Amino acid sequence: MFGYYLDLALRSLKRNKVLTVLMVLAIAVGIGASMTTLTVMHLLSGDPLPGRSQHLFYPQVDPSSSPSQKQPFDVMDYRSAVDLWSAHRADRQALVAHATLKLRSPETNQPPLMAKTLATTSDFFPMFNVPFQYGSGWSADDDARNTRVVVISDDLNRKLFGGANSVGRTLQLKDSDVRIVGVLAPWRPSPVFYDVAGGRFSNGDTANFYGKPEDVYLPFGAGQDINPNSFEMFTCWGDDDGKHQQTSPCVWVALWVELDSATKASDYTSFLASYVAQQKSLGRFVHADDSRLMGLMQWLDFNRVVPSDVRLQMWLAFAFLAICLFNTVGLLLAKFLRRAGEIGVRRALGATRSAVFAQCLVEAGLIGVLGGIGGWLLTMLGLWLIRRQPVEYADLAHLDVAMFLSTFALAVVVSLLAGALPALRASRIAPALQLKTL
Amino acid sequence: MEIRPILASLRKHRIPAMLIVLEIALACAVLCNAVFMIGQRLDDIGWPNAIDEQGISVVSVNGADPKLAASDIPRDLAALRGIAGVTAAAAATSMPLDRNPALSSFTTTPDGKTTVNTSIYFLGSGGEQALGLRLLEGRFFNADEYADSGFKDFNSTGHVMLVTQRDAQRLWPGQDALGKTLYTNGNSWTVVGVIADVLAQDPNFSGPGGRYSSVFFPLHPDGVMGDYVLRSAPQDRARVLREARRALGRLEVGAVVDGATYAGMRGDYFADARSMVWMLLLVCVVMLAVTAFGIVGLTSFWVGQRRRQIGIRRAVGATRSHILQYFQTENFLLGTAGVVLGMVLAFGINLYLMQSYEIARMPWYYLPVSAVAMWVLGQLSVLAPALRASNVPPVVATRSV
Repeated sequence: MFGYYLDLALRSLKRNKVLTVLMVLAIAVGIGASMTTLTVMHLLSGDPLPGRSQHLFYPQVDPSSSPSQKQPFDVMDYRSAVDLWSAHRADRQALVAHATLKLRSPETNQPPLMAKTLATTSDFFPMFNVPFQYGSGWSADDDARNTRVVVISDDLNRKLFGGANSVGRTLQLKDSDVRIVGVLAPWRPSPVFYDVAGGRFSNGDTANFYGKPEDVYLPFGAGQDINPNSFEMFTCWGDDDGKHQQTSPCVWVALWVELDSATKASDYTSFLASYVAQQKSLGRFVHADDSRLMGLMQWLDFNRVVPSDVRLQMWLAFAFLAICLFNTVGLLLAKFLRRAGEIGVRRALGATRSAVFAQCLVEAGLIGVLGGIGGWLLTMLGLWLIRRQPVEYADLAHLDVAMFLSTFALAVVVSLLAGALPALRASRIAPALQLKTL
Repeated sequence: MEIRPILASLRKHRIPAMLIVLEIALACAVLCNAVFMIGQRLDDIGWPNAIDEQGISVVSVNGADPKLAASDIPRDLAALRGIAGVTAAAAATSMPLDRNPALSSFTTTPDGKTTVNTSIYFLGSGGEQALGLRLLEGRFFNADEYADSGFKDFNSTGHVMLVTQRDAQRLWPGQDALGKTLYTNGNSWTVVGVIADVLAQDPNFSGPGGRYSSVFFPLHPDGVMGDYVLRSAPQDRARVLREARRALGRLEVGAVVDGATYAGMRGDYFADARSMVWMLLLVCVVMLAVTAFGIVGLTSFWVGQRRRQIGIRRAVGATRSHILQYFQTENFLLGTAGVVLGMVLAFGINLYLMQSYEIARMPWYYLPVSAVAMWVLGQLSVLAPALRASNVPPVVATRSV
């Protein structure tokens, strides 16, 4: 029966080509716009570490002395972060601080460049599933001894060494020699979740969380030796003389911890509370009830990482899809009701209402499949356009299998939805009345 | 034109009529808000900035030894001033819209509070000429003020500052700003000059009303100054920039030298806004096209369906223009219903956007303007099918009975 309906549907679509093209185009354009924005949304709002994100947490404490402070700063001061890190109360823990440092490669004849540098600790790589191409991260021992080693990104390795295995080579970072121990495989977390902070202050302009990760990673202590007092600050709550960053009233170090079970997470929360209470009794903290332990996804939500432009575009695209849907419903309705005579004959010859309904839906579904193909092509075009935009996430905009399949699913669902009402109306046609006018 | 028969016939086609109304309403609502957002972005892109935007090039030097800055900076500047076409050159810490904000909160009393984050600029000697700052009141810095000022705790150790006109009015409304004092973190400075409005380093972080909240301090050659500001005639810009990069590359061995024209820097800052404008325009155009085609398609169907009725009307004396007017009036009625609903919807969407996306209130005139646009669109798209209807010959009435 389905084959027969399909044949009927094809005949009916061929009968009025302009109308068919109009309906298919309307669905294709609506689907193309929504799937383009939905794909970007899906890429930007997804879980950057599926399977691990539920074990990663972001502790915060409030070292400020300002009385008006309502919640902790987005990152920590040096002492709190290092205290919590060296307590080793989590399964894994990594400190994170940023700097942009001059980098030279004495062994190759390249001009110096400014490299985005992350000072972190050895757990960073296993904790965040960072893929290596050559070599590996450094050891906990290197953390303790401030060994001057670095891990570099695939991008930097290509730029300096043409992609060859550069483990064991020496680079000059600021004024110090460092030895390469590892080269990352191409790695593009979306967003660069461990760098996310301050999103709520950026007025929805959060696209920079989706840039490329750092080019150079080095042990936190070695970073302090190589680049003293010059790491990027998040903010300060008092006067900073710029010369004693570790004791300054400034926040600039973030801590990530891995806690593999709910019990451990609640244990860590109480550990955090006891640390804060202890610091308060020592007189270093004023606010004892401001500490917080957010999960990775919760932290991303809190920072509203998805740029507001992207969310706006998605709503716009769905409004657009709704317009296309109304359009198609109207056209299908007109089309089916125009065939009232034909339907009347079928009904008189014994077709049931549901048979007529099914026949009409098959026709609508066929339009949906055609619209889906058009929509897929337009989605590819839309994503190509986005890749050419000057936004940080441009290179991420590709259609994955899930979104490819959703394109067709959405197209068929939309067209069936559009077809349901007209098909219902068509199946309600009274056969007798139609036969009379023939 | 009698509208009762039109209403009667629309009542028979209630669902298609309702769909057209909904389509027009939604299109109208989206159009209003999209056009409003386009207007806002274009407004942002056009923010005035009282420096010589077309004449400035900026060369940045990173990773030089800060201990040598006192001798290196004058040497570099001398070389830069020697480039043909350079009319002024100076060192500075940062530029408007360079997305590298150095912010502080200034208040008019030692323990005041403010929500505005002011961008702090430090200028080396000659900075006002190099940037092309426009003095409105008071004076620029003296040579001894440049020589005496240092950089400590991210603040100036000097005692003088320049403020923008916008800040002068915000901080001391109705008063003369000259000679007044501004405070932050226990330090204070005297305002010696008021300049025309210069944009912040990143207005996103300036807080409400702080887009033009910028202050300027004098600074003797210091390692924190990473930018050389060069001024030349716009047509010399590209060459000056090229030669300056080459000269600094030679002088600052081992440092990372980079450069851009100020027009290019400004373009980079607004790149996102520009691409959003294009995307909104594209959506508007395609959306209007889809709506128009929907109206064409449905009216064509109605015309086809009513051929006999049209023929009968023509046979009993209706002229072509009567038939044309019938479809035009019908479309006008549908358009009106859609537009009324659409304006309500547009207003609602704007309220929602104001709450969740920090978008301003839409001025009322956007509503009638886009309503008129939808009416015109409706009339244009109904024209072709309506003309076809008016060409139905009266003889159709007698055929195929």
